[in-house]
Amino acid sequence: MKKLVILLCILMVISLMSGLVSAAETFKIGFISPLTGTFSANGMDMRDGVLLYLSEHNWKLGGRDVELIVEDTEGDPKTALTKARKLAELDKVDIIAGPLLASSGYAVAEYARNNKVPYLDNIVSADDLTQRLYSDYVIRTGWTSSQPMQPFAKWVYDNLGYRKVATIAYDFAFGHETMSGFHYVFEELGGDVVKKIWPPIGTADYAPYLAQIPPDVDAVLANFSGSDALRFMKQYQQFGFKKRFPLIGCGTLTDEHILPSMGDEAIGVISALHYSAAIDTPINNEFYQKYTQRYGRIPSYYSEGTYTSMRVLDVGLQAAGGIDDIMAFLNGIQGKEIKAPRGNFYIDHYNNPVQNIYIRKVERVNDQLQNTVIDMIPEVSQFYNYDPSEFLKKPVYSREFPPVD
Amino acid sequence: MYFWVLQSINAFAFGSLLFLIASGFSLIFGLMDVVNLTHAIFYMMGSYVGFFIFAHTGSFLLAIIGAGLVVALIGAIKYRFFLLKLHGKSLNQVLLCLGFLFVFDDLLLIVFGGDPLILDVPSYLQGMINFGGIYFPNYRLFLIGVGVITILFLHYFIEKTKVGSLIRAGVDDEEMVRAMGININLIFLGVYSLGVFLAAAGGVFGGVILGMRPRMAFEILPLALVVVIIGGKGNIKGAYFGSIVVAFMDNFGRALFPQLSYFTLFLPMVLILTFKPEGLFSNNKIKRRTIT
Repeated sequence: MKKLVILLCILMVISLMSGLVSAAETFKIGFISPLTGTFSANGMDMRDGVLLYLSEHNWKLGGRDVELIVEDTEGDPKTALTKARKLAELDKVDIIAGPLLASSGYAVAEYARNNKVPYLDNIVSADDLTQRLYSDYVIRTGWTSSQPMQPFAKWVYDNLGYRKVATIAYDFAFGHETMSGFHYVFEELGGDVVKKIWPPIGTADYAPYLAQIPPDVDAVLANFSGSDALRFMKQYQQFGFKKRFPLIGCGTLTDEHILPSMGDEAIGVISALHYSAAIDTPINNEFYQKYTQRYGRIPSYYSEGTYTSMRVLDVGLQAAGGIDDIMAFLNGIQGKEIKAPRGNFYIDHYNNPVQNIYIRKVERVNDQLQNTVIDMIPEVSQFYNYDPSEFLKKPVYSREFPPVD
Repeated sequence: MYFWVLQSINAFAFGSLLFLIASGFSLIFGLMDVVNLTHAIFYMMGSYVGFFIFAHTGSFLLAIIGAGLVVALIGAIKYRFFLLKLHGKSLNQVLLCLGFLFVFDDLLLIVFGGDPLILDVPSYLQGMINFGGIYFPNYRLFLIGVGVITILFLHYFIEKTKVGSLIRAGVDDEEMVRAMGININLIFLGVYSLGVFLAAAGGVFGGVILGMRPRMAFEILPLALVVVIIGGKGNIKGAYFGSIVVAFMDNFGRALFPQLSYFTLFLPMVLILTFKPEGLFSNNKIKRRTIT
């Protein structure tokens, strides 16, 4: 009996040690995104971006072998959290990457903060994750929702001359933050946001909401994604609104994950985002070509987002060798120039990229819709032109802030 | 004023679309006591097949008829080889239908992929009509017309034709119809196929406005259920008025109290179930039958 116990102890020690040894060699990434359900198209783009980068680099990041474990969130925050815990506690991954929805992102980020598990946020854009809820363990390589919208407000004010705008967008954090970021800057410049309309996710018929657009606005600002964007755009045109009020939006409205399903209703829509598949630079053209060849569809900002997040990980691991010392890892990436299809950028001290924002206009080129870049605003911070500490004293952009007067 | 008129016309258009789904659902429920949960997926299947036909032929009419027939055939097969075997066992049938709902949903995902799609408005229905300053899309007015024609046709069919009288007799007392030597199974099959045809055609009409995407059936199903509860099962006129009422509640609920939009839709359902469980527009016959 005693022998057996000793034997078991030895076995345990050996298995633990082998675990430690292998952990030092292989870098484990736990990746979560919605691979089934309403948001499966976006989720698959996210996964494929990661796969493209890793296969291009022979499954090595910063000289270390990489193991990728992919889990499906089904677009549900509860499932996302369960899968994140599973990855961290059972699979003992070094970092969790993903998911898609802000609700899932908040859940995973909180888990990461409390348990000191590094979390690579490549798509979730909820403002506060790198602002008022900043944590060393939450590393964002994507964007904040209001990041493209603040400079876009100025661009619209200066270049399109609109003064009275109504907004219509998703009734959750993503919609609130994009619309209110625009709202804040637009009113500071002297423009007026006269009405904000909030349909929920998955609205079948937008007519009840469209009817609330005041008849005297210069333009309508919108933000939807996936099949919601598709239906919204079609119905906006069917009601003849497109001729009466020009449509502008956040870039996800016409992002490449849904653009191929759209038709003439999308043409002429102007939007802002940190990426467009039509950016004409050698690095993006190469990325575009490789991605299209491998997956048979054009890359969306989701594909580029996760692809580039792997580059950030690569740079960080090269500098720090691992991520167990989180400060060493952060020192390795913060302020360093990162090459990316979206254009080179660097990561600020709140772990969010400072990057170019592209003003894009949907055009039909070679019988295909694309987001033609018509202007570019370089090096936009999540705090826009404001001082970070002043900016953080404001409440986070929301349904109520800034208020419509 | 602009708001109210536009919203009212729109509610009528959306109600007409709902009616195409709910009429068959209600008929099948009333005649065969089958809560056909698969009905919503037949709607979706109609959308997808219609999209496929429209993309290849460019004919909207062909898309409607083609999708209707193809899906009705699938429905008939499902009825003949699966549902019929469980005749009279309502609970088992509900479970079977629920199973088909999931199976068909995944099959559609495999065949047509997960990308959301939307049908184009046929060229002759594009454009807008101007009612004294209120613009309204022609296509939605056309939908109102489709709803009216369908209710007139179904009303005539059920009230004035011999087959219709057999259906009514079947709703009232299935065993008596059997006892008179009438092959009611054939009538069941016919009504089931007709219901599925209407849902699939509705899928094509609705595909223009609502588009199509995986899991969509689960959003349509509650609406159809509410319509049947409000209108009373097996009652065509009830289904029409129920559809319009539900569309009005849904439309104005979303526009006026967006936070409470589900509340405004389902509260009336709960009230009706509590105080007039046979439905607002139901006749006494059905009431008697549900009690006995």
